Amino acid sequence: MSASIETRDTVEALAADKYKYGFTTDIAMEEFPKGLNEDIVRLISAKKNEPEWLLAWRLKAFTLWQKLEEPVWAHIKHPPIVYNELYYYAAPSGPAPKSLDEVDPELLNMYEKLGIPLSERAALAGVAVDAVFDSVSVATTFRETLAKSGVIFCPISEAVREHPELVRKYLGSVVPIGDNFFAALNSAVFSDGSFVYIPKGVRCPMELSTYFRINARNTGQFERTLIIAEEGASVSYLEGCTAPQRDENQLHAAVVELVALDDAKIKYSTVQNWYPGDADGKGGIYNFVTKRGACRGRNSKISWTQVETGSAITWKYPSCVLQGDGSVGEFYSVALTHNHQQADTGTKMIHIGKNTTSTIISKGISAGHSNNTYRGLVKILPQASGARNYTQCDSLLIGDQCGAHTVPYIESRNASAKVEHEATTSKIAEDQLFYCRSRGLSEEDAVGLIVNGFCKDVLKELPMEFAVEAQKLLAVSLEGSVG
Amino acid sequence: MTALPTQRLESWRYTDLRALNAMSFAEAPAASLPDGLPDIGVPRLVFVNGRFDEAASSALPFARNFAAVDEVSDLPLARINAEHAHDGVTLEIPDGVDAGVVLLVSYANGGALHPRHRVSLGAGAALTLLEVVKGDGVYWHNPVTDIVLAQGASLAHYRLQDESQEAFHLATIRATVAADAAYESFTAVMGAKLSRAEFHVELTGAKAHTHLNAAQLLGGSQHGDFTSVVRHKAPDCSSRQTVKSVLCDSARGVFQGRIEVERVAQKTDGYQMSQALLLSPTAEMDIKPELQIYADDVKCSHGATIGALDEEQVFYLRSRGIPEDTARSMLIRAFLTEALEPVTHEGAHALFEAAIETWWARK
Repeated sequence: MSASIETRDTVEALAADKYKYGFTTDIAMEEFPKGLNEDIVRLISAKKNEPEWLLAWRLKAFTLWQKLEEPVWAHIKHPPIVYNELYYYAAPSGPAPKSLDEVDPELLNMYEKLGIPLSERAALAGVAVDAVFDSVSVATTFRETLAKSGVIFCPISEAVREHPELVRKYLGSVVPIGDNFFAALNSAVFSDGSFVYIPKGVRCPMELSTYFRINARNTGQFERTLIIAEEGASVSYLEGCTAPQRDENQLHAAVVELVALDDAKIKYSTVQNWYPGDADGKGGIYNFVTKRGACRGRNSKISWTQVETGSAITWKYPSCVLQGDGSVGEFYSVALTHNHQQADTGTKMIHIGKNTTSTIISKGISAGHSNNTYRGLVKILPQASGARNYTQCDSLLIGDQCGAHTVPYIESRNASAKVEHEATTSKIAEDQLFYCRSRGLSEEDAVGLIVNGFCKDVLKELPMEFAVEAQKLLAVSLEGSVG
Repeated sequence: MTALPTQRLESWRYTDLRALNAMSFAEAPAASLPDGLPDIGVPRLVFVNGRFDEAASSALPFARNFAAVDEVSDLPLARINAEHAHDGVTLEIPDGVDAGVVLLVSYANGGALHPRHRVSLGAGAALTLLEVVKGDGVYWHNPVTDIVLAQGASLAHYRLQDESQEAFHLATIRATVAADAAYESFTAVMGAKLSRAEFHVELTGAKAHTHLNAAQLLGGSQHGDFTSVVRHKAPDCSSRQTVKSVLCDSARGVFQGRIEVERVAQKTDGYQMSQALLLSPTAEMDIKPELQIYADDVKCSHGATIGALDEEQVFYLRSRGIPEDTARSMLIRAFLTEALEPVTHEGAHALFEAAIETWWARK
């Protein structure tokens, strides 16, 4: 039996539910009536005691959304999403908790199961976590430590109240409300998310982290994240996601905006492990996310790193707008699809400033009946003299029922710019497998090792804590998916 | 009439046909053949404003009469062509025959031309087809060429698109390549105000092969689009593609190349490289190489680069006493060499070399 056939058989044998985050949590939930209309938007806004300007902003986004059409260009297929059958707000009921002690122990228990260091034990891990449960931020740890250095890290709903001038200045400035269908939807109904502000010259003393979890049935999660790094500031932000196992598809349409001013650095890492659906492609999260960073200042830098192993559908293009001279954009991605998962993901690098550079490293792994597409744009505007881009996209196919696709767009309008793009597609090399097996590794371990090696260029970009988790996650996904 | 495609269509996102749409063309008038059309001492077929010029053409034993067109695809330009086509070359090479070299010359100087050319090669047959397209003034040339290669057949197809600088040239070339057959092609794009060469090559039998190269040399405000789709539909096929663009002034070059590998096409070997030199601050290049792969045991790769001429190389040559313009010309010739690889016929090779020389001198 050839290695690949064996691998495929193992896939089928193990394809049963391996999703260990698929538990549900039974706590009293407060839900609004389902469906989407102006009243729901008003209700969400009222629920959060939002100022008038934000309600107006939401309503404007809602009006725009109604005029926009759902994009169809991605290489994905799904039954139509009925936006009026969804719930747009769900939260644990009762007044918002004031401190960790007031948080529902069931919730804390759930986060513990997920392995998030939410309680003060987090000190050991040294990570400050903002946990978002369905639509609201449940708790934010380490706020005092952060406050001492002037860093603001809080739920965005709180930032609207406490720091309206900052929110108003930057919200929607990177991803305008009418940017695309899903961004407009998010702008109208976003319920919570994280807000980070790093003042001038401050290097954030610890890694910041948000953990997203969709719990309630038929709810969409629409979180909104806004990170601002002032002149010379730097921050590393981690994001993780899980969802319970359900037969229905659940919608997740987030917007993330990053702003880096002169010499600022933002590193944004994601491990996305939403429920991918079962072996027959039933259930799973529809993940339609808009992430964009603006390098507004000179020599600023924004770096996206993502490990995408979950979701039934991933539609996500973390991008960098390189406005400041000498600014740097990076995109490192591993996307693993299995069973009937579909991923259409990539990045956009828009070079506007002089001597701007961007690097794109994308690794796609497809197994089972999945489809995995890299889609990216590198655009050099006429004024971006001396701009430089390097792109590498590699795809690995495991099994003969999956698909791997590469769709890069490269547009250069400056003669002094240098753009390079490389892409390869192949299967796991027989000789590499043979080499590993001849050294006594099982087929499964060998494939795991090779896939980890294939992804190494990306994994090494992750912060330590996440790199370990991501490696384990790939291994788990491989266990259930590759062999 | 079928409408012209707009940029809302993904495959036309980089080429804007509004200028063409704004003009109205009558059917091309009868015209006489000008002097100085290429002749490389091989049998020649001549078309003037889309009409076959029997007097200027050689009699070929395997040329057939034009037959009506039945267009089944939904390609807008092929449909428009079908609505108007009333002439074109029809070549049928019988099994096992090596038909040598044929030169196809098209000349135009006004109106709209929609020729439909058909070339079919029987099992084991061989042909080298050299196409030279020239013209004067404003006109719209919309040729469609359909090629069928039976098992083991081999067609070398070279095109020199040297239309008038005011013309529109939108060519569609489709080839079906059976087992062990080979379609080797090279296109040089120099002419036309706006041009597109759109290739669709289907590798339908095991070990079919294609080489789909191009060189675009554009200046002024020319727009040149080279688009190709190579579909691997059988195992063990290979495709090779090298596309080079040299852009001066405010020229805009486009390359869109898709390699599709179907589920059955195991052991596919696909390679594609596209490189562009921007020689002026206002030139623009847009590249969209695309891989769509459904088989796992394949080796597919593509690469793309866009940049300026390496000033260090220019400096190196100048430091050896070579004048700047000559140095640049040498480097550009070297840059284009790889694209010209499939042109193995000496006469054809010389013709392309001369055309590149002329282009460089007048640019």
